[in-house]
Amino acid sequence: MSTATFERGYSALKEQIDTSIASYLQSCVHCGMCADACLFYTETGNPKYTPIYKLGPLKKVWEQEYTLLGRLKVKWGWSKPLTDADLAEWKEYVYDSCTMCGRCSMVCPVGNDLVYMIRKTREGLAAAGHAPEGLIGATTRAVKIGSPMGVKWPAVLAQIKHVEKSTGLQIPVDQANVDYLVLMSSMEVMNFPEYMEAIAKIMKSVGKTWTISSEAFEATNSGIQIGASDIAKEIVSRIVNAAEKLQVKTVISPECGHAYMAIRWEGPNLIGRPFKFKVQHILEILDDLRDQGKLKVDGTLEEARLTFHDPCQIARRGGVLQQPRNLLKMVAKNFVEMEDHGQMNWCCGGGGGVSAIEESHELRTTVFKRKKSQLDALKVEKLVTACANCRIIMEEGMEAYQMEMPMVGLTEMLAEHLPETT
Amino acid sequence: MTSADFLLMVRGPAFHLATAIFIFGILWRILEILSLGQPREHAAVRALGISGGFRTIVRRFVPAPGVFKRSMFIILAGYLFHAGFLISLFLFDPHILLFKETLGISWPGLPAPLINVSTLLGIFAMIALLINRLTHPVLKFLSGLEDYLSWTVTFLPLVTGYIAFQHLLQPYPLALALHILSIELLMIVLPFTKLMHTLTFLIARWTTGSRAAQRGIEV
Repeated sequence: MSTATFERGYSALKEQIDTSIASYLQSCVHCGMCADACLFYTETGNPKYTPIYKLGPLKKVWEQEYTLLGRLKVKWGWSKPLTDADLAEWKEYVYDSCTMCGRCSMVCPVGNDLVYMIRKTREGLAAAGHAPEGLIGATTRAVKIGSPMGVKWPAVLAQIKHVEKSTGLQIPVDQANVDYLVLMSSMEVMNFPEYMEAIAKIMKSVGKTWTISSEAFEATNSGIQIGASDIAKEIVSRIVNAAEKLQVKTVISPECGHAYMAIRWEGPNLIGRPFKFKVQHILEILDDLRDQGKLKVDGTLEEARLTFHDPCQIARRGGVLQQPRNLLKMVAKNFVEMEDHGQMNWCCGGGGGVSAIEESHELRTTVFKRKKSQLDALKVEKLVTACANCRIIMEEGMEAYQMEMPMVGLTEMLAEHLPETT
Repeated sequence: MTSADFLLMVRGPAFHLATAIFIFGILWRILEILSLGQPREHAAVRALGISGGFRTIVRRFVPAPGVFKRSMFIILAGYLFHAGFLISLFLFDPHILLFKETLGISWPGLPAPLINVSTLLGIFAMIALLINRLTHPVLKFLSGLEDYLSWTVTFLPLVTGYIAFQHLLQPYPLALALHILSIELLMIVLPFTKLMHTLTFLIARWTTGSRAAQRGIEV
């Protein structure tokens, strides 16, 4: 990142504005419905957390730069131009109190895609030097070390050895011409090695070839969370280069929400061309294999009453909605849906980089009350999800509210029900 | 100036001026928006976005599941106000006559007593919405001059129309002139305020819907 200045931030905001954003800002009638859809507002009652308010800086730049009346207003002194102090103040709204879950975008009566604009506003704040310390640290580590948590290849290799030992299966590394390149989040490498175990077992069971790349094992992209497209491009290019070098047909995005957004949807736009390989979420892969009759289970069913937490970037923003339900039906007897689920699910409270922001910790715990009340209403015994970050955040939240509930990743749960191999 | 002269003025030069500002203002604003353009989508899409955009234009008339419960007042009052306003504007016979004279097209209207009801509905819904805006913590916080100006110029045609229709102000030409003047005010303000949403919501819904449809999501 070059030196952050207000001018850079301002021009970054200016560059972001397209036809859709101009139509959104022009159409907002201040009805306030986006507040009712945002857990940061519903759980705190603070009107400053109203999603449209969080877009104040972007709106000001749009008015000043792209509307005749806005230009005249500034010229005649009727309105104050955007200042660096505004950007500093908005850090709390654009980062700390927004997980980019996109629930607000579902309810706006004029059809505004509010989270699309939040993502763009972050570009301006980051360029002006007003990103939170936690995200700056994660991004710096992602660029210099290769992972936001500072995980280096030797640590991955150590986990690989550990998984090979516990499963008795070989974990392929840097193998060319295989079916799948498997990516992971650092969180999975460090906290949930069960994911790698599950992949090894499933791939063996369905007879597919796969590999982990020593050059691109990390799926997450801090550049997207902080809002720095140049960095996001650099990070995603590592995966593109590795996938093209190994000539894989498909890259599998792991159980991580924003990683899917980063590589599946933003990735090609960041590098400015379509990928030469397919990108699928692990749940899409598993559901396709189920559909083809390749993914088989042993017929035993989970007895516990359980529900599924849709990670925002995979479901609402990513379009993977039906697949987890199809898969759950294979292994769960008592699967129940939360009142708001699928596209209308409530965020865990820690997505969009919020989990890396120190200042948000208390707020995150407060807004977890939304998820808590959803779970309390269902009286479930187990929670299944498909995002390591959601999982960590919800574990933290449950601990804070003294809730006892086992949580499991869906891929891992399926791996536990594979037929016995002979 | 007699009330008849006043009526002639608002019907003549003032109306032409307001119409010119209205039309050129709208064209200018739409051009400002469309000229910005959209970035190209390089990701492998699941479906084409064009029809998805149109589906979202229609779908957003109905709140998503669970949303009605949380935002009931604003949805109900909002719908009532829009219905009252649009029915009174487009289905009142004298208005249709004006459209016929200026645009050359006409359609059947509703009986006057029903227009009376729709106007009152619009008026009461707007008063409720204003009270809500002045008292609800979020709306109070978000609202500024533009919101109250937009409310005022939308409210005046309803009230002046009702006054003229019920002959509550004499002489009648004055009441009618005030009503026409209020419409002209609305026409002049609309292109430069959030009232532009009457047209730009189509672009907003379409772009959101098409982007989502490309990802296989119906929003």
